[in-house]
Amino acid sequence: MTDQATQTAQSKHLKKRYRAEKRFKFFGLAAICSAAGILLVLLGGLTQMSIPAFTHHYVTLDIAIPETIIQAEQVTDLAAMRKVNWRGMVRQSLRNEFPEVTDRRGKRAIGNLLSGGAGDALRDKVLIDPTIIGSTVAVALPLSDDVDLLLKDLIDRSLPEENRVISDRELTFIDHLEAADRIDRRIAWFLFTSGDSREAEMAGLRSAAVGTLLTMLVTLLFSFPLGVMAAIYLEEIAPKNRLTDLIEVNINNLAAVPSIVFGLLGLAVFINFFHLPRSAPLVGGMVLALMTLPTIIIATRAALAAVPPSIREAALGVGASPIQVIFHHVLPLAMPGILTGTIIGLAQAAGETAPLLMIGMMAFIVDTPMWIDDKATVLPAQIYMWANNPERAFQAKTAAGIICLMVFLLLMNALAIYLRKKYEKRW
Amino acid sequence: MVEKKHIVTAFDEDLTTLNDMMARMGALAETQLFASTEALIARNPSDLDDIIKRDKELDDLEALLNEKVIEIIALRAPRAEDLRRVIVALKVASTLERIGDLAKNIAKRNKVILDTTLKTQTLPSIRTMTSMVLKMLNQTLDAYAEVDAVTALDVMEADIEVDKLNTVVFQSLIEEMSYDSGQLKIGPHLLFVAKNIERIGDHITGIAEQIYFLHHGEMPDQDRPKADRSSTIALS
Amino acid sequence: MKRDGDMMLSTPKIKSSGIIVEYDGKRALHGIDLDIYPNEVTALIGPSGCGKSTFLRCINRMNDVIDNCKVSGRLMIDDTDVYDPEIDVVELRARVGMVFQKPNPFPKSIYDNVAYGPRIHGLTENKDDMDRIVKKSLKRAGLWDEVSERLDDKALGLSGGQQQRLCIARAIAVNPDILLMDEPCSALDPIATSIIEELINELRERFTIVIVTHSMQQAARVSQKTGYFHLGNIIEYGETNDIFTRPQNEQTEAYISGRIG
Repeated sequence: MTDQATQTAQSKHLKKRYRAEKRFKFFGLAAICSAAGILLVLLGGLTQMSIPAFTHHYVTLDIAIPETIIQAEQVTDLAAMRKVNWRGMVRQSLRNEFPEVTDRRGKRAIGNLLSGGAGDALRDKVLIDPTIIGSTVAVALPLSDDVDLLLKDLIDRSLPEENRVISDRELTFIDHLEAADRIDRRIAWFLFTSGDSREAEMAGLRSAAVGTLLTMLVTLLFSFPLGVMAAIYLEEIAPKNRLTDLIEVNINNLAAVPSIVFGLLGLAVFINFFHLPRSAPLVGGMVLALMTLPTIIIATRAALAAVPPSIREAALGVGASPIQVIFHHVLPLAMPGILTGTIIGLAQAAGETAPLLMIGMMAFIVDTPMWIDDKATVLPAQIYMWANNPERAFQAKTAAGIICLMVFLLLMNALAIYLRKKYEKRW
Repeated sequence: MVEKKHIVTAFDEDLTTLNDMMARMGALAETQLFASTEALIARNPSDLDDIIKRDKELDDLEALLNEKVIEIIALRAPRAEDLRRVIVALKVASTLERIGDLAKNIAKRNKVILDTTLKTQTLPSIRTMTSMVLKMLNQTLDAYAEVDAVTALDVMEADIEVDKLNTVVFQSLIEEMSYDSGQLKIGPHLLFVAKNIERIGDHITGIAEQIYFLHHGEMPDQDRPKADRSSTIALS
Repeated sequence: MKRDGDMMLSTPKIKSSGIIVEYDGKRALHGIDLDIYPNEVTALIGPSGCGKSTFLRCINRMNDVIDNCKVSGRLMIDDTDVYDPEIDVVELRARVGMVFQKPNPFPKSIYDNVAYGPRIHGLTENKDDMDRIVKKSLKRAGLWDEVSERLDDKALGLSGGQQQRLCIARAIAVNPDILLMDEPCSALDPIATSIIEELINELRERFTIVIVTHSMQQAARVSQKTGYFHLGNIIEYGETNDIFTRPQNEQTEAYISGRIG
């Protein structure tokens, strides 16, 4: 009889446990779903905002290129090319579409429909194919950012003229061109191929991207060897005493120091004391290296500690010296963990802005930096600067920049995961 | 000697079983020997038949003990003193079985002797020999249970007396047979009886040696004491 | 606590005098005096934590890598005290090889495992030399026939018994005098164990072998001399035969017979 009673008690208890488990699973799932949901909303909003930045409206015009402007052989001569009034040529070509407009204001308005970089479009076409000099070619010219926004329905036509950026007269010009089927929408490659520009429509991410790459290169070259060597010393060689403990605590704390402090350090030491060039990837990289160092040291120490002592004993037993044990056996086995930690540290550094503010990498950089001592900026800084720009076109570009930066970071993390999986050895 | 227990209790149980078997064999051998000469003195032939039949029990016990020893060796892998104990048990059991055979032989011969009405002067001596050997056996079996090497050595000494007596009995019997050829009907049998008793004494000495080996791990230094000169007596 | 007899005829290969080992102030070995003779297998037996592995690791100074471990006393191999500060530990460990409880081949190829030792000690001049050393070591370890066709395969793909034989080959590739084995068969199945025991018997022609084992059966099968350790002391040391048939010491007797106390 008591067996029955205990059995029912047991099964009731069992049911309670199952229920508790189900509740727990539900909450866990709910947490994940809400986190994912929030993330999706953010990303979705961001992506939606960025879409306009990836396309641009062009107007295709037939332009006669007179032979007199430049010789075919001279196209590679920068000075000669600069002397040519490309801007004037393209504006005139557009005005030719509206022969009825004769007043100065109207002519200027037509010219302003084009982007400030429209002249460069013509110039580049001549540069690529000098044989077109002397003939008439169809050239796609980028329209100004306001016109582009209007055509993307981001400027409200129904607003009264004084509240609208585009005047009524300009509207008629645009409608005329549209009706003539001269305007088409293309992918805005210049977002990736050109550097920053005052002209919203011409601004691109290239110099910032190259700046980021160069800075990351410097960061890697400084932080990786230093970090790995420091970790090896602390983990394998240093005697276990109070001094080593102190060092360890300090390194762990460094990982939590606000990044702007490193920027101040960089300013004071690298720029003011050592007189290294401001705003260069060299200094930026060094500052970020200081930031990444604790991450790499901690990750490397963990990877080294994960190597089983049996491997070390085997090597020692055969007569390897402690250094040989580390470099022939422990380090290769710890490498996947070290790489993962390094890439994660670098990915974090790639997204840093504050310390680079301090050392001046917020400059307006048009030209692509060539090497680590050229003036440069980085993607996060570029995005920040664009965000601050009041022109409407920069809104979409900022979002596009953020998306690009995120893709970049995603790729870095994916690389970390791939490397870890590939080199994971079982022992 | 306080024995420490084995961690594996089954091992202890096996050794206890072995000791019990040995105790039974020893008791049986004692009984057989005692009974065989008592029957002669009491002139009771039916007892002798019983003795002859009971010998099979001793043989069966030895076979069982052999099996137990093999089992212990295979399953328990005995070492050091345990190993010696087990090997010694094997040898002692075999010796006890031989003692039993000799007792049976004495009984058989006593039957023949009882059929006749002939007398001999050697009976008291034979009786003394028997009681000495019985005492030796008793002491040895006790010494085996205790693993008492000191008593074992004493027993080995005692065998000397048995041997001496045997020589005396031998000579007397030869004399008797020389004087009266009628004695030839029982004389030779009595010779064998005495010889068997002396042989039993030697076997018991062998058991004592094993006890010494069990305790010390080595055989005793001295040669087995022999004082049996019967083999050297020239017969006229 | 030694027995007189044939042990005095040859000179010891390893002579320990008063070896004391302390971990963080706690004594693990209380002064071990032990002579190990050449071309013999000496087994060290005793219950867990009795110090036999600690003593073994003193011989090739593997205890040096443990923090807070202090070793005092003298340990002579031939005529040199291995704890002399002038001694090069790396060179010592080429003379005294070690095989561990759990097979621990390097995560490299079979060939590279065996070649590693000779390589770092500079024992070969060219590839042919190395090939020869690898082949010889694998043959001596009884592994050659099974792996000769696949020397570039990963060592970790071998079975447990094969891995342990590979570790033996690795240890003997640097041509040591002495081979230390710390419970080499405890992670292996009975057949692999027998193969290695047979191997140990063959190896003793060239090497002096000291084996720590918690299996008395193994010690009895494999060794010529046996030492019984208990709580950091050596209780009895003598011919294996004597130890297992007539030990002198009560404690030894109790341990060997499997008795409590």
